[in-house]
Amino acid sequence: MKKNQNVTIKGTKDGLTLHLDDSCSYGELKKELDRKLSENSRSVEDRLLSVRVQVGNRYLTEEQEEEVKELIRQKKNLIVESISSNVITKEEAEKQKEENEIVSVAKVIRSGQVLETPGDLLLIGDVNPGGTVMAGGNIFVMGALKGIAHAGCHGNNEAVVVASLMKPAQLRISNCINRAPDNDQEEEKREMECAYIDENDQITIDRLQVLMHLRPNITRLQGGS
Amino acid sequence: MGEAIVITSGKGGVGKTTTSANVGTALALQGKRVCLVDTDIGLRNLDVVMGLENRIIYDLVDVVEGRCKIHQAVVKDKRFEDLLYLLPAAQTSDKTAVTPEQMKKLVDELKQDYDYIVIDCPAGIEQGYKNAVAGANKAIVVTTPEVSAVRDADRIIGLLEKEENVEAPKLIINRIRSHMMKNGDMLDVDEITAHLSIDLIGIVADDDEVIKASNHGEPIALNPNSKASVSYRNIARRILGEAVPLQPLEEENKGVFSKLKKFFGVK
Repeated sequence: MKKNQNVTIKGTKDGLTLHLDDSCSYGELKKELDRKLSENSRSVEDRLLSVRVQVGNRYLTEEQEEEVKELIRQKKNLIVESISSNVITKEEAEKQKEENEIVSVAKVIRSGQVLETPGDLLLIGDVNPGGTVMAGGNIFVMGALKGIAHAGCHGNNEAVVVASLMKPAQLRISNCINRAPDNDQEEEKREMECAYIDENDQITIDRLQVLMHLRPNITRLQGGS
Repeated sequence: MGEAIVITSGKGGVGKTTTSANVGTALALQGKRVCLVDTDIGLRNLDVVMGLENRIIYDLVDVVEGRCKIHQAVVKDKRFEDLLYLLPAAQTSDKTAVTPEQMKKLVDELKQDYDYIVIDCPAGIEQGYKNAVAGANKAIVVTTPEVSAVRDADRIIGLLEKEENVEAPKLIINRIRSHMMKNGDMLDVDEITAHLSIDLIGIVADDDEVIKASNHGEPIALNPNSKASVSYRNIARRILGEAVPLQPLEEENKGVFSKLKKFFGVK
């Protein structure tokens, strides 16, 4: 009998957590998991129990994750709520970094040009009519926005579009689309404004200053005052 | 080593050919050796505007395909003493008869013999445009004060900025009607320049004389009494590096004028 158990089950107030050891081989782990859960399934409760799986410093490929889930699911009353690991691949790390990065570009986006960034976009220049800027996150235009801007283009409803001069042909945030009014008579200055999705799932344009209340997450600065 | 300037616009009918003819003529008037190159293969008309149509023997496609030497194909403008030449486009082929590589080689060869090569670009952004831009190291974008022309100019500027061998393009605003601009019925010069955010190298008023002169095969730049002629001559001087203030539109419009003066560094 091994001294160290590769699979330990802990009950917390949120439910069960399965700790899978990260130093043994994957095959061994699977075997032990199967055995452990078979013992445990004696429990007579009928209701479904959700478990969280904690794999430590082990990296599970998608297939392995699926296998583990399958293995646990086979035991009548258990379902896997999440699998968490301390490690991710370089690829994932880079993607995460990109998505959280703010990319600055000094350029005029002209008719026919498309600029896309995975994270936030800071454009130091104009977007001319016929030009398009897209970002996975927020879009900040330091110049005039006269073309199309699509923030949160992978489906982020929290994303915002900010422009020094807000005169877009079209605004898109996540799946919402809003276009400029046909009667372009309003001569009021559209300066320093932001666009966001309001509680009615409509794109709304407002003063820049409302953002600090609506989207506090935009602030990345930690601490300070 | 000469310079090759491509005159382009994206949109058709804004005056590329007229501008090419007149800028070339005005450069020759300044004593430079100039070769005009018409790259609008299949729809040539620079030769007509220059009044050199009936002297064409060989054309650009003949040169590229090796049927003749460059000096056999270029047509000399008799009004100038060995200063102004035209390399006409072929009328019987189409844009695909020439590749960008061939054009580059041709223009590089011309650069040896001339101070300025002025390349008249066809409308559009396809093969013809690519050919015209291939050999150029400078570009002038022509637009008129119309939204559609400005939009296409914007597109073309975007494409030109991607060309590594071409310097930042300069802008000519053509066919300005000062009374419409004054009334706000037409985009004004400042507005267009700010929108396109490139340097302005000249403005040309809409002038009936230009059409008249073109129809006679005499570039307006040869007529010193016309307003448009002065504009083209000034553009030529600016190409040569002189700081020439823009001449005022009809009635002096202080705002535009002083801003443009400032733009060219004139006090």
